[in-house]
Amino acid sequence: MQLSAEHLTLQRGHRTLVESLSFTVTAGEVLLLTGPNGAGKTTLLRSLAGFFRPQAGAITLSGGNDELTIGEQAHFVGHANGIKSSLTVAENLEFWAAYMDPAASRAERLERVEDALEDFRLGSLADIPAGYLSAGQKRRLGLARLNLAYRPIWILDEPTSSLDHASAESLAEVVNRHVAAGGLAIAATHLPLGFKPVRELRLGQAAAP
Amino acid sequence: MSAAWTLLKRDLQLAVREGGAVGTALGFYLLVVALLPLGLGPDLNLLSRIAPGLLWIALLLAALLSLGRVFETDFEDGSLELMALGGLPLEIVAAIKALAHWLTTGIPLALLAPLLGILLNLDIEAYGVLVLTMLAGTPAISFLGAIGAALTLRARKGGLLLALLVLPLYVPTLIYGITAISSALTAPDAFVPSLLILTALSLGSLVLGPIAAAAALRIQMQ
Repeated sequence: MQLSAEHLTLQRGHRTLVESLSFTVTAGEVLLLTGPNGAGKTTLLRSLAGFFRPQAGAITLSGGNDELTIGEQAHFVGHANGIKSSLTVAENLEFWAAYMDPAASRAERLERVEDALEDFRLGSLADIPAGYLSAGQKRRLGLARLNLAYRPIWILDEPTSSLDHASAESLAEVVNRHVAAGGLAIAATHLPLGFKPVRELRLGQAAAP
Repeated sequence: MSAAWTLLKRDLQLAVREGGAVGTALGFYLLVVALLPLGLGPDLNLLSRIAPGLLWIALLLAALLSLGRVFETDFEDGSLELMALGGLPLEIVAAIKALAHWLTTGIPLALLAPLLGILLNLDIEAYGVLVLTMLAGTPAISFLGAIGAALTLRARKGGLLLALLVLPLYVPTLIYGITAISSALTAPDAFVPSLLILTALSLGSLVLGPIAAAAALRIQMQ
């Protein structure tokens, strides 16, 4: 499986963020997007997920499911976590498990929720309404969605924001496991994340003075 | 299909847990209707003549109060983006959310209406017809309202803009809703056609509303 962008141009308003950018990510690889604030990392990730339409260029996926859009084969972790504060931690995860993979049986879904709670050390918080969680715990709950349904492409926008050191390590473990199993991931970041094997793409270098 | 059911279940569960929106709409409806006789004076004949119209207009305004929240919370906390990638078409997502709004706001308001009819000296024979027409007409409020709710998602103070956008769309529903009630009392022959047109308006909005709302949501999520 290979995700590639060709001559991608992204503009917000009249500002050109990315001009004629080409790259490919192959299965078993992590692409790290780095660059200063406002360099277009989030816009690039949103255009990969299909929310933002590039002004020029094309994004293609080879070796995926042709009947689904790229976004439908991807997990997208944006700045917001997609959490309902009046539902408990477990209820939040159960909803997304059922919504993202309606074909899975109930037993399968509950097992995935258990695994997700464990991987992101949320087990002891399972019955607490998500509104009571701290910022870092909410982030972990948002990331725990990655384990609820299999999607080959992971799009992560600053996944470690507000995470403590140990949680960042467990995220790296989950991402490395996904990549080792033949998935691919694209992450925007300012910090070294401990993902491997990594290629880096730096945005915003050519910004005019 | 089961993803749609999951989403509907969650929305109803949230409406029960958070409760505020439904309670506010019902309380607003009660207050507006209770204030009207105070403003119009104790002329019982006048009140019973204009009661169907007042009940319908107050219901529109009450439903409008909670419309803004149809997509707002899911948009702000990022859930809507994830739903868009979930495999369910965005049109279905919009339809489910409008349906949840009807179930949690439209139906309770319609059921409260006859109780408020007492305050306006509504003819006792009109009670059944009133509930029937409101149940037939309120889906249009939720499904057409979803378009306005989607369009005003990112607008600051979107509530007022929402009212300006969607109230004109409610004119046909209002006209046929009131015609149905008054014809049931005075000219029974005209009741069934009015009710059928009212139902047709709701069914039409059921199709058009989600398509237009989904198109607006796609723009908002860029």
